[in-house]
Amino acid sequence: MTFTIPIDNGDALKNSQRTLYPYVTGTSIVAIKYKDGVLMASDMGGSYGSTLRYKNIERVKAIGKHSLLGASGEISDFQEILRYLDELILNDNMWDDGNSLGPKEVHNYLTRVMYNRRNKFNPLWNTLVLGGVKNGESYLGMVSMIGVSFEDNHVATGFGNHLARPILRDEWHADLSFEDGVKLLEKCMRVLLYRDRSAINKLQIAKITEEGVTVSQPYSLKTFWEFQAFHNPTAGAQGSW
Amino acid sequence: MDLNLDAPHSMGTTIIGVTYNGGVVLGADSRTSTGMYVANRASDKITQLTDNVYVCRSGSAADSQVVSDYVRYFLHQHTIQLGQPATVKVSANLIRMLAYNNKNMLQTGLIVGGWDKYEGGKIYGIPLGGTVVEQPFAIEGSGSSYLYGFFDLAWKENMTKEEAEQLVVKAVSLAIARDGASGGVVRTVIINSEGVTRNFYPGDKLQLWHEELEPQNSLLDILNAAGPEPMAM
Repeated sequence: MTFTIPIDNGDALKNSQRTLYPYVTGTSIVAIKYKDGVLMASDMGGSYGSTLRYKNIERVKAIGKHSLLGASGEISDFQEILRYLDELILNDNMWDDGNSLGPKEVHNYLTRVMYNRRNKFNPLWNTLVLGGVKNGESYLGMVSMIGVSFEDNHVATGFGNHLARPILRDEWHADLSFEDGVKLLEKCMRVLLYRDRSAINKLQIAKITEEGVTVSQPYSLKTFWEFQAFHNPTAGAQGSW
Repeated sequence: MDLNLDAPHSMGTTIIGVTYNGGVVLGADSRTSTGMYVANRASDKITQLTDNVYVCRSGSAADSQVVSDYVRYFLHQHTIQLGQPATVKVSANLIRMLAYNNKNMLQTGLIVGGWDKYEGGKIYGIPLGGTVVEQPFAIEGSGSSYLYGFFDLAWKENMTKEEAEQLVVKAVSLAIARDGASGGVVRTVIINSEGVTRNFYPGDKLQLWHEELEPQNSLLDILNAAGPEPMAM
């Protein structure tokens, strides 16, 4: 994705900017609706180009009482979005009227922010996943850096689009139990670990239900390397890979 | 899906910040280069923001200087208003504010380190783009590429002040050995509840690494020293 628009209308004087490329980035987020709410998984990596530079970045955060926000893409922009949402939730609380912003509202707010930035050629370089539960209704949606926004029963960003989606399409069904949901997410995360260069083996799974938000402690997945075919792959054809 | 993320351009310098049991140790090399020329071989890249908070600067010398000047100015006023020393977190956040909002124009990676009475010793890494990451240790600058493996191996929680400083000096020294954009002397700044200590390690006081030789005054010394005297019977 390139936003390299050479504009020569005295931008520097008018104090406008164009974000052209990301620096510290997070990779995929995978999320599904399940029986009691929404489950969201992400690894804890912050890549700097091809270097796996930061290994303790939390890319899934609770928003208010009813929502979870996961982000892939530029981490500094994610941190800025968290500040915007902080202010949003704060103002919501200040009304002190018993109402609180639910996932639908937060998703809508984020969609407006992302789309409007896109229109100014100065995007927040993220793909966001918004999940939550309010009044018994589960909600799961995502917004991209160009403002494309939709809801679904299961979503994935980045590499997850290509690797996790097919698995989810095949194996997701309504009313998954917590255990089945976690196993399904772990299946996706393991594949991403094998096949996504920017993935690291340290992940968190967050859960949101009517009761509230829980983000798991960081943990690592076991990987399997003992296929016979892996042991001596070039035996039959020297010089192959 | 665009995976061609323009990886950031190399930045001259090696800077390091490390927490230990009681405070932080900041370290840096001293080379400022203009292209291939070493403009300053004894620069001081560890800059004071307040009595208890310092910042290590890397990348563009001008950008890092102007950012730290602004933040020192803001922190000065903040300290007066607050009536007590600013915290490391606030200092890091002010740097972040400038770094993030001017991300298109600035090219500087910074490490903020210090000690305050609320959180003790803290290190915040602020790479290109303006992300803030609180870390037990941070490395930045072009020389840091050579230190990821070293720190993965050598880093331990709860080191003593002496161990932490030794680690920093060793690390900067290793980076200098391999990074053309880093060189000169190793400077360290130790910050804890008792105050701030500056140290200076010139090149000849550092350990020798692979394929480095003991410095001599002249070849003549070597020639004159060699050659055993003929035996006298």
